Amino acid sequence: MSSAVGTEQHPPTEPEKGQQAPEQDRWRAALREILAGSVLTGVLAVLLAILVGSVLIAATDEHVRETAGYIGARPGDFFQATWDAIWGAYTALFRGSVYNTNATSFDQGIRPLTDTAKFAAPLILAGLGVGVGFRAGLFNIGGRGQMLLGGAAAGWVAYQFDLPAVFHLTLALVAAMVAGALWAGLAGLLKARTGAHEVIVTIMLNYVAYYLVFFALSQQSLLQAPDSFNPKSLPAKESAQLPKLLGDQYSLHLGFILALVAVAFAWWLLERSSLGFRIRAVGINPEAARASGINVSRIYVTVMLIAGALVGLAGANQVLGTVTSGVTVDLDAGIGFDAITVALLGRSRPLGILAAGILFGAFKAGGFTMQASQDIPVDIVLVVQSLIVLFLAAPPLVRTIFRLPAKEAK
Amino acid sequence: MKLVLRDITKRFGSLVANDAISLTVEPGEIHALLGENGAGKSTLMNVLYGLYQADEGEIELDGVVQHFSGPGDAIAAGIGMVHQHFMLIPVFTVAENVMLGNETTGFAGALDLEAARRRVREISEQFGFDVNPDALVEDLPVGVQQRVEIIKALSRDAQVLVLDEPTAVLTPQETDELMQIMRGLKESGKAIVFITHKLREVREVADKITVIRLGKVVGEAEPTATNAELASLMVGRPVELTVHKEPKEPGAETLAVEGLRVIDAAGRVHVDDVSFTIRAGEILAVAGVQGNGQTELTEALLGLQEHVEGSIRLNGEELVGRSVRHILDSGVGFIPEDRQAEGLVGEFTIAENLMLNRSHGKPFVRHGTLQLSRLEEFAEEKLEEYDIRAPGATALADQLSGGNQQKVVVARELSRDVNLLVAAQPTRGVDVGSIEFIHKQIVAGRDAGMAVLVVSTELDEVVSLADRIMVVYRGRVVGIVPAGTPRDVLGLMMTGERPEGANA
Repeated sequence: MSSAVGTEQHPPTEPEKGQQAPEQDRWRAALREILAGSVLTGVLAVLLAILVGSVLIAATDEHVRETAGYIGARPGDFFQATWDAIWGAYTALFRGSVYNTNATSFDQGIRPLTDTAKFAAPLILAGLGVGVGFRAGLFNIGGRGQMLLGGAAAGWVAYQFDLPAVFHLTLALVAAMVAGALWAGLAGLLKARTGAHEVIVTIMLNYVAYYLVFFALSQQSLLQAPDSFNPKSLPAKESAQLPKLLGDQYSLHLGFILALVAVAFAWWLLERSSLGFRIRAVGINPEAARASGINVSRIYVTVMLIAGALVGLAGANQVLGTVTSGVTVDLDAGIGFDAITVALLGRSRPLGILAAGILFGAFKAGGFTMQASQDIPVDIVLVVQSLIVLFLAAPPLVRTIFRLPAKEAK
Repeated sequence: MKLVLRDITKRFGSLVANDAISLTVEPGEIHALLGENGAGKSTLMNVLYGLYQADEGEIELDGVVQHFSGPGDAIAAGIGMVHQHFMLIPVFTVAENVMLGNETTGFAGALDLEAARRRVREISEQFGFDVNPDALVEDLPVGVQQRVEIIKALSRDAQVLVLDEPTAVLTPQETDELMQIMRGLKESGKAIVFITHKLREVREVADKITVIRLGKVVGEAEPTATNAELASLMVGRPVELTVHKEPKEPGAETLAVEGLRVIDAAGRVHVDDVSFTIRAGEILAVAGVQGNGQTELTEALLGLQEHVEGSIRLNGEELVGRSVRHILDSGVGFIPEDRQAEGLVGEFTIAENLMLNRSHGKPFVRHGTLQLSRLEEFAEEKLEEYDIRAPGATALADQLSGGNQQKVVVARELSRDVNLLVAAQPTRGVDVGSIEFIHKQIVAGRDAGMAVLVVSTELDEVVSLADRIMVVYRGRVVGIVPAGTPRDVLGLMMTGERPEGANA
């Protein structure tokens, strides 16, 4: 904690204290290091990742490799090719995620931006779920499982009942939240009661959820659509679907508004509510929280319930909005894990998660265009995403590269 | 060996930890380095020991300028260091610890343990240490462990010995023995640098005193100087060392503890059959060497311990088995012994820390929402009232000095409606100026009718605050004695002996 800088040793601390959970402390210290970083380091990490991505784009480009063969004779060709590859890739990314400059009308040109928002919605919702956990010092790696259960519950309500539109949708959303919350709450309860590490529990619960939903989808008596052999449920009824926001021309649906509401709620919860105050206290210093009369175990359970509800909503967003053709085991589409990245990039701050979610939504929307128009493997986008996290997790590395001063010095 | 430090300057960024400090230590001299926490004593010694490189200035041993690039160089040049926190391996024997880092080996790299044992015996005999080379370090009392550290330094032929706050962990008796050892070392011609912030010890043993404040040498003093003179040099203004306390007739019984036993998860008994009472307007000070159950006792009072037997009654209400929150809400104030671990959330602002144990309702929370403006107002008020030196209420607790951090904790606890104040090590690692202030606040609380339990391993603090003194040893009460009990009697009781006249 204290860098040895300038100050004398701190008063002797009880040696027994430190031994209680060194493992726990290390996780927490690493998390804090990441979350304490400034906006600047986040931006720099993104820039660095894009830079490294450029190198990869150039390296995988056939034309660049060709020209590299005779770089000695005509170096200009090589640099031109490199520039073309990188410029082409990132402009394609832009066209696919913000505004399509090749479109003939504004209506068409703006469509990529609405796609970005559509892709961002579940990332934001699940990112908030993970982020709220982070603020309490909990690593919720169980986004996938919580999304699956939330999505399955929403899907079931959506095809099973015949209800008035608004009511049906609300019920499906609530079902998703409850299912996600209970699934995550299980991990919270195990941690609070037995001290089981939430990382292990939530990872394992991902598998349990996956095979549980898979099983249910292959049983006619459970979720599987009648007279079908595919592990898939019936499609969501119209009355339970998230309505399109901008007409049928665009795929953007109400999920994005849900995400914005969730951001506002999470902001109030973490920054302004007394519960959030306790959550943050527990996240930074559970010992002090306990000595101040805060029931740390209860906070763990509460936080996991909230986190699971938010991630469950992300599942509902998929089943009721993005892919309404029925519940499958792939409904989480990797969002459960991407949410961790989003939460980290957003420093677990709701507004940061909103920004990070939109950025990653843009990557998703633009990645397809990049592949389609420039023949660049969509994996490059994933590499860039992963590099962002890598640079985020290594603030000293970024600091060294950009020669930023360490902010630790007191 | 004569040690000269000349104009040592060490900067950390914009902070000047040592500003042109010069110091001369003659052989056969005990030179005390006196200063508050954070004054730069340890930094200076780390420069001397090669852990830090000075930005300016030089180190001279017997007239030769030295360049230490690490502790290895310093050791080779004849400098020995006994750290405040011992650098010993508990599961190794004394001899093994002494040879560690300087192992002599025989055939095929086999350790020559016998040589190490011999060396331990030689040094022990020479200075009258009485240390068994084959004892496991973890089995030894703290005072003896410290001697092992000294032996270790001497076994490398240290001529200059640096003792960094050596008495912080010792009983009064052990401290006396250490003084004896220091005198013996001095007679054999060693130069000793004795780092401390305890005035009494300095005057007792030092030949020369150099006082450091804020990284600068602010004066030199003779051992004949009075405590008040030394303290004002250290702090930079006149300090009141004695706590002014009017005699007060205590009121009704506030806290009654009976047959208290605290057992940890491993089944060890930390507090055993402890009974005492504290009345309103009375300070009961718990004296004892660190680690004799004081921590567990205070934690049990707050409901922080899992396995507690017996009874704790606050104004008649049983507290055993109640939640921490319930206990805090029934009027118990708590100053934990380790403010950074338990007292504060370091990355919270001062304001947030001030409401840490009041996050469940009035006055800072309405309808589940924080009342930030009210909180800020309150915090600014407390900043003023408790003389907390900070840029503002939104400064992070981490950024404050130890004394100011502790004032935040004290302000939080005393601004609630408190019947019983449990103060564990309230001034540990706190500068002299803040100690004075915190003591005044505790006494003011007592005068306002609080029952106060003060736990301290500093006998000075116990003696100056207490209305009655309870001495503990190995989790048991040795005796509860009046405030005027002589120090040597208290010191003896702290080793578990019950002198005549002291009744339990």
